[in-house]
Amino acid sequence: MDGKVRSIEKMEDKSIDLCLFNGAIRTSEQEYMAKLLRQKSKTLVAFGSCAQEGCIPGLANVTNRDEIFHTAYFDTPSTVNPEGVVPLTEYEADEGMLTLPYFYNTVKTLGQTVDVDYYIPGCPPEADDIWDALVAILEGKLPPPGSVIGKHTTVCDQCDMIRSEKKIKGFKRTWEVIPDGKTCLLEQGILCMGIATRAACGGMCPKVNSPCIGCHGPNEGVKDIGARMMTALASVIDSNDPEEIERIIREGIPDPVGSFYKFNLAGSMLRRSAFTGSESAPSGAAAETA
Amino acid sequence: MSEKVGVYICHCGTNIAGVVDVEAVAKWAGKELENVVISRDYKFMCSSLGQEMIEGDITKEGLTRVVVAACSPHLHEKTFRRACANAGLNPYLCQMASIREQVSWVVEDKEAATEKAKAMIAAAVNRVQLHEELEPTVVPVNPNTIVVGAGIAGIQASLELADAGHVVYLVEREPSIGGHMAQFDKTFPTLDCAACILTPKMSDVGAHPNINLLSYSEVEEISGYVGNFTARIKKKTRYVNEEACTGCGICIEKCPKRVLDDVFEAGLGMRKAIYRPFPQAVPNIPVIDRENCIYYKTGKCKACQLFCPTEAIAFEQEDTYIDINVGNVILATGFDLFDCKTIPQYGYGRLANVFTSLEFERMCNATGPTEGKIVLRDGVTEPKSVVIVHCVGSRDQRFNPYCSSICCMAALKFGHLVMERTDAEVYSCYIDMRTPSKGYEEFYNRLLEEGMHFIRGKVAEVTDAPRFPGEESKLIVQVEDTLIGKQRRIPVDMVVLMAALQPRYDARDVGLKFGISCSMEGWFTERHPKLDPVATMTEGIFIAGVAQGPKDIPAAVGQGAAAAARVQGMITAGEVLIEPIVATIHEEKCSGCRICNTLCPFNAIEFLEDKEVSYINAALCKGCGTCVAACPAQAITGAHYSNEQIFAEIEGILFDVTSGGDLKALRAEQERVPA
Repeated sequence: MDGKVRSIEKMEDKSIDLCLFNGAIRTSEQEYMAKLLRQKSKTLVAFGSCAQEGCIPGLANVTNRDEIFHTAYFDTPSTVNPEGVVPLTEYEADEGMLTLPYFYNTVKTLGQTVDVDYYIPGCPPEADDIWDALVAILEGKLPPPGSVIGKHTTVCDQCDMIRSEKKIKGFKRTWEVIPDGKTCLLEQGILCMGIATRAACGGMCPKVNSPCIGCHGPNEGVKDIGARMMTALASVIDSNDPEEIERIIREGIPDPVGSFYKFNLAGSMLRRSAFTGSESAPSGAAAETA
Repeated sequence: MSEKVGVYICHCGTNIAGVVDVEAVAKWAGKELENVVISRDYKFMCSSLGQEMIEGDITKEGLTRVVVAACSPHLHEKTFRRACANAGLNPYLCQMASIREQVSWVVEDKEAATEKAKAMIAAAVNRVQLHEELEPTVVPVNPNTIVVGAGIAGIQASLELADAGHVVYLVEREPSIGGHMAQFDKTFPTLDCAACILTPKMSDVGAHPNINLLSYSEVEEISGYVGNFTARIKKKTRYVNEEACTGCGICIEKCPKRVLDDVFEAGLGMRKAIYRPFPQAVPNIPVIDRENCIYYKTGKCKACQLFCPTEAIAFEQEDTYIDINVGNVILATGFDLFDCKTIPQYGYGRLANVFTSLEFERMCNATGPTEGKIVLRDGVTEPKSVVIVHCVGSRDQRFNPYCSSICCMAALKFGHLVMERTDAEVYSCYIDMRTPSKGYEEFYNRLLEEGMHFIRGKVAEVTDAPRFPGEESKLIVQVEDTLIGKQRRIPVDMVVLMAALQPRYDARDVGLKFGISCSMEGWFTERHPKLDPVATMTEGIFIAGVAQGPKDIPAAVGQGAAAAARVQGMITAGEVLIEPIVATIHEEKCSGCRICNTLCPFNAIEFLEDKEVSYINAALCKGCGTCVAACPAQAITGAHYSNEQIFAEIEGILFDVTSGGDLKALRAEQERVPA
């Protein structure tokens, strides 16, 4: 349907049968749209990783609004901004008042913003999963509200690599090792998220020697994929010497948030780093959009 | 339907009530916590009246969940679970909050303690509502037992069980049973001859129809669970056919190769390349020391084979393995001695006439290398003066912080033997004289009367460098006599170092193999230091003797008998209940990534190749939760420790009791994300 905001505003409540909502909530405009579509939809589905768990934009939750603006408008080498122009939510131009949505400190998931009926995971969601979800919705054979529509196992289940008991001496970046094409990538020291990531893709990355990066989010029932990965990997590090373990982790996993929460920081139990920026948006920011 | 929770707060006399305002907490819980329908405090919840209070409320008020805020669940969880069961409530629907060990004993401030008790109770109330009914499984107990280690503790345990009519497999690493006690001469404080009291027990073991003696053998691996263990025993080859050998000893007599015996004789005596450790060895079958045997080195000799009247020598014999099924295990693996060379300033290994306590034991022994004569390293000269140094490697932060427990008494015994057999002056340099058992202090008094010299001070150095007249060609012991406040230099002929008892060098590996833990030092950890000293946290595995911690012969024998009694209890019961708090792998969620496969300390996890999933043997699982935490797919759940239960508990413990106790407001606050 045509998604013009004014047209949707005029619709009756609950007049949209199914809304597949794409994207995370970063600005007041997005928050407004989420609330509006919730109001107008019978069934609201968080569609894809951004809406479900914040995805890559959610990684910005390790910082805040001021720092992001500072990087974007001052700090990057390619930025030339001698007048120090930064976006404003309101600007009085000759032609009249110009407005921009408010940019929040924290990326939220759709579910942290409004009530969500179902979640379809993936960055991007797999065609099979979308089809299954649509069929289920059309046939009315739905799982309990709040469910994630997807498989209940992880990528390893669909991966052809040979797995044995795991003992890992060290973690390597992908460019540091040429995989043998047969053995489980994790056993070869490559940080593969396949053990913790919801199955759907058919294991397409690990099957071609590229480690899983976790784009389908955590398995059914898991609250925090990063915590799962960390306890799993910590359990199979092949050393009893605290200093060596420390070294293996420091050298092999230089960016734990980027590695373990690439798609999930906003939706994880961590949600964001300790908050240091200015606390809240101007009142009514969400309501005034559009 | 919401649960009906009963909360019971114990005063534990003044243990809890002296610090925590128990009445206020009881009122608060009844008023503020969701679904709490009854909240009471009582002087002693564990008393029969306390238990009856819970039982009555379950029956009359229809409680569906019970929280007891009292001592640690280690002490009374069973008590309160039983009370629930008595009233028809599944015992696993009861939860304890430890407000004694974790609150009143550790928080001094009364107000803070009361608030903390509230938070602990909120956690328990939150959690218990998510508990599920669990049923233990019943498994039969195999009446056979493995005893590992045939020192005096293992021998005692084996005989107790065998005499009671039960089959015992006694596994001993060395060629003969007897352990360290077989090396000793006299035993303190009664001075009876160690051999005279030990060897009858050894031959009883050898001849007992219920004891299968597996000497020169080791447990290679063990699997299974309480009541149903399977052990693979490696019988190391003796190169002697055990059935054919009569133990006549002609082979030993004829063997031309003499070797230093640094095991049984502690390096003071010689043995042959085919040998038995000592004449009364059980079994009386010799062993060929392949390293030193001329035949294995040169391909020639075979003197033993030539003279053996029963053709028992079998040079081609190999190690054999046998599998045995047992219901219980007793570990009595003993100790190693501290290596005195670790303390170079005491001169052991450098100064000839510095001896270790074990060397001295052998020297005193009438069947030992000097036939009981106390002489210097040259083998002939009698010492005119002897210093016995206590606490060598014990009570020393650099080596072992603990007291080895037996050395003071052994030192007194040595003093007595030296004075009995020579005219030497004997000095004991001790830190504290520790003689706490029956007849021990009397023995100390006896030595005081016999004229042994006691110097209270830790020896700094033993040297052969003279500084003053009279010190030439002597060993000089430098020690501070703390009772007179003076440094002393004592020139003597002989020094005996009372070496510390240490855990076996491989105790941690053995612990791992049998699924039990060790203390920081490496002694096997008992289930409870006071009330359950021979059981371990692993059901069906018991410990006895010095392997559990330093102790003397009577205590080791006591533990051997105690462990046997515990095993007999298991055998008589015939079946055991296996705790239902176990982990389960949900096949449909398991992707077969095999992260968990190496983690289980109880070897309960196996990988099913056909289904490509991992599987937990519930009978082996102890519910420790290691695999539950590690599973990246959350395909493993731990009964009684589900995510929901744990999160509920955390939510409760974070409950800000000062806010007036609005749990719903708290949850909303937790959900809030900064914009």
